[in-house]
Formats: sequence, structure tokens, C-alpha cells
Amino acid sequence: MSREEVVETVNGFLAEEFEVEVESLDPNGILHETLDLDSLDYVDLVVVIESHFGFKVTGEDFKSISTLNDFYDFIVSKFEHA
Amino acid sequence: MRVVITGYGVYSCIGKNVEEVTDSLRQGRSGIGIAEDRRPFGYRSCLTGILEEPDLKKDLSRRERLGMSEEAKYAYVSTKEALDMAGITQDYLDQNRAGILFGNDSTAGAVIEAVDTIREKKDTMLVGSGSIFQSMNSTVNMNLATIFRLRGINFTISAACASGSHAIGVGFHMIKSGLEDMIICGGAQEVNMYAFGSFDGLGVFSMREDNPAQSSRPFDKDRDGLVTSGGAATVVIESLESAQRRGATILGELTGYGFSSNGDHISNPDTGGQIDSITRALKMAGIKPDQVDYVNAHATSTPKGDMYEAQAILDVFGGKTPVSSTKSMTGHECWMAGASEIVYSMIMMRNGFIAPNINFENPDEVSRNLNIIAEATKCNLDTIASNSFGFGGTNSTLIVKKYE
Repeated sequence: MSREEVVETVNGFLAEEFEVEVESLDPNGILHETLDLDSLDYVDLVVVIESHFGFKVTGEDFKSISTLNDFYDFIVSKFEHA
Repeated sequence: MRVVITGYGVYSCIGKNVEEVTDSLRQGRSGIGIAEDRRPFGYRSCLTGILEEPDLKKDLSRRERLGMSEEAKYAYVSTKEALDMAGITQDYLDQNRAGILFGNDSTAGAVIEAVDTIREKKDTMLVGSGSIFQSMNSTVNMNLATIFRLRGINFTISAACASGSHAIGVGFHMIKSGLEDMIICGGAQEVNMYAFGSFDGLGVFSMREDNPAQSSRPFDKDRDGLVTSGGAATVVIESLESAQRRGATILGELTGYGFSSNGDHISNPDTGGQIDSITRALKMAGIKPDQVDYVNAHATSTPKGDMYEAQAILDVFGGKTPVSSTKSMTGHECWMAGASEIVYSMIMMRNGFIAPNINFENPDEVSRNLNIIAEATKCNLDTIASNSFGFGGTNSTLIVKKYE
């Protein structure tokens, strides 16, 4: 999956799961601020990643993710290491 | 301390709000149908109350909705209606202490869906963040206490099919004793197939699938079992002083709560225990049996259960007091029933009629001695009694009086 495809897919499920407009998803925006995530929401991020991409991630994986760009890069890296 | 009711709401198979339910009660309209998906799942009888889950997307945030079980969604709708009727705004709840006590004795659907996910995925994280709040017995009060930002008493009463009635009874005592000024009380019941499978397996469900509207027939000689149903019902109870201070319209006064345990068989009813519950409620209300204008019977449409209750009612009230079981229309709303039947009775009290015990065509040897109301009947109701009896022999009777 290309980075563009990852971005499109991720934006789609983030908008649906966290009920935000796709237009509000600034790649340089802080992930938890953009989506208004609390500690429980990271569990739901794990669920949507698994259901859309089929690979497992953990809550720990998000510790190094700050911006949406970091998040896209993380997903791309998971594909590269798959 | 006098305890009054200032608001009520309901979401059931005979209507999604008080207005719709009032119409159904007047018309004697059944809410029972067939859920065909239960047949391949292994049910012997697919009869059930038919109602849909409310879509709360426009009312509640994602986080608020995520933790809500099926019954919590029903309870949100009935509670919002009850609060609106009582004239209680969110601003009032933010400024004043209010509690919540709900009757709920299982949340099978949410638990089973979570376990199914774990079995399939082999990963507990994949049940999602809302599952735990959907899965606990206290799902209704934990969700509603958060949504409405309540700061008073907050717990669930689990007492089988008397849960909703006991929740109101316990709330009544908390206010009487001065511990709270206002409590949101109610009962809720999921209707998904997971909730009733073991129940169906006991062989206590009606098999009259060819005519769902006639399947629930409390006290009728030809009854062949109960039909389960669900939804939620809420009553706002408060001290008389609280209601007067707010300038609220007082819809009724709770005057009696009787309770007992049969101390006997886990599923068989017991006339003695039921009589004890009813007489204790009358004693607390300080009234004689002939001062009760209407008895909303527990009567679920099982052959033995109805017979034992008919005998208890006969022994306490004699044969003149009007009696009906609204379960003839709603089916047995289980954990919710004690609360919904108080709401149904208050609707009758407010509108001056007795809702019919539909499908009562031929009495049996005990019910022939009772004054069972088979057609909707205009009637002034000053005092009503409502029975709820559950597995394990738990009994509850509530008495509500028109406020004077």
C-alpha cells in the first residue's frame, strides 16, 4: 500500500470512528488534539487499525507518535516490515 | 418525609414515549411479534416484544454512546422523557444533588459479544474501549450518571423480575429517610436473543407463534407461557419539599413499598410470600385493601405463576378490586417490568382508565373469582398497587396514591 493510500484509508476511518471532518485532519496536527483522544480512545485506535489493515499494534506503539504524519509513517512502516 | 413522583418516561414495545404508550394502553394494542433470527439460534419459541434500538447519534457524543449497552440506550430515552416531564434541566442537575437507582439483572448481549470477539481475535484489546461499560450489570446507572452529571446515590438493584420495582422502593426509602432529595429510579431490559436463551430453554415461553398478539394471556385458562420483552422506564421521585420548592407538578405520591422473600423454590412462586409483600405495602401506606382502586398484577401468563398470584390477590383484596396485567400487551419486560408497570399505572391514574388485560377470554378456577378487567375501562383511580415477583422468590409491591 502506498503512503497516499495509507493516508486516505487512515483519514477515512479516523473521521468515521472519531466523528471528525476529514478536512480537519491536518497532517502536521497533533494526533490526540485533532481527534480529542482520551486514554480510552487509544484502545479504539488499535481496533480500527486491526480491522482496516489486518495487523496488530499495541497501545505502546503510540508513545512515539505525535502528529498525524507520525501516525501515517507508523502505518507505512508496519507494511514495510510485514 | 413524603415522597412524590414528578416525572415518568417509557420506551417499550407498545410505544417509544408516554404518548404512544398511552394510546396503546387505551387500545389494548399488543407489542408482541416474532423474531425469526431466534429460530436458527435454537429457540423453541421466537415470540418477543418488538422494539428497535434508538439512534442516539444526534443526542450524545461518541464517548457517551460507546459505553452504552442496549438497555442503557433505552434507559437514556425514558430518563430524558421523565426529566423533561419533571421540568428538570441539565442546569438544575448541575446545581443540585440527584441520585440514580436502576433495576437491571444482566447485560448478556454486551458480555457475549465481547467474549465472541476475544475468542475469534485472541486479543482482549480488540473488544474496544466501550465494552466494559456495556458489560457490567451497572451499565445503566454508570452511563446515565455520567451523561446527566449526577452526584447522588448511584447503583443498580439486581432482583430478577422485581428489579425495577425494588429500585423504586429503595429510592423511596432513601428519600423518606432524608438521605436524598431526588432520585431517578427505573428499570431496563435488553431484548436481544442472548438475554433469553436459557429462559426459553426452561420451557416457560408461550408457543402460540401463529398469533403473537394473543400469545401473552395472563390469567386466561388457555395461557401457555410467557413472552419476554424489554425497554426501559423511569420515574423521578423526590421529597415533597423538593417538588414544592421547584414548583413541580406532582403526579402521584409513593406511599407504600412491601417486600419479602419466599425462602423456598428458586423458580416456583409462593402465595404466602406474595401476600406478605402486598400486606406490608398496605401497612406502610396505612390503608385497607378496599382503598386500593386497581392492582397491576405481576401475572406473566404462566399457568402456575398467575394462579398463585390470583390466589394472593384474592386472599388480600377479595374479588371486587379491579385487576389487570399489562403484560398481556407488553409481554414480560423482566428487569424493567416493575418500573414500567408503575409508569403504565400512573398513565391510567392520570387519564382515568384501566388498561385491559387483553386475551382474557376464559377464567380458570382461581381467576374466575377476581375482577379482571378485560376491556379498557373508564375509572377514577386514586390509589394503585403494583406487584412484581421474581426468580429466587423475591417479591415487591409498590403503592402509589394520587397527590392531595
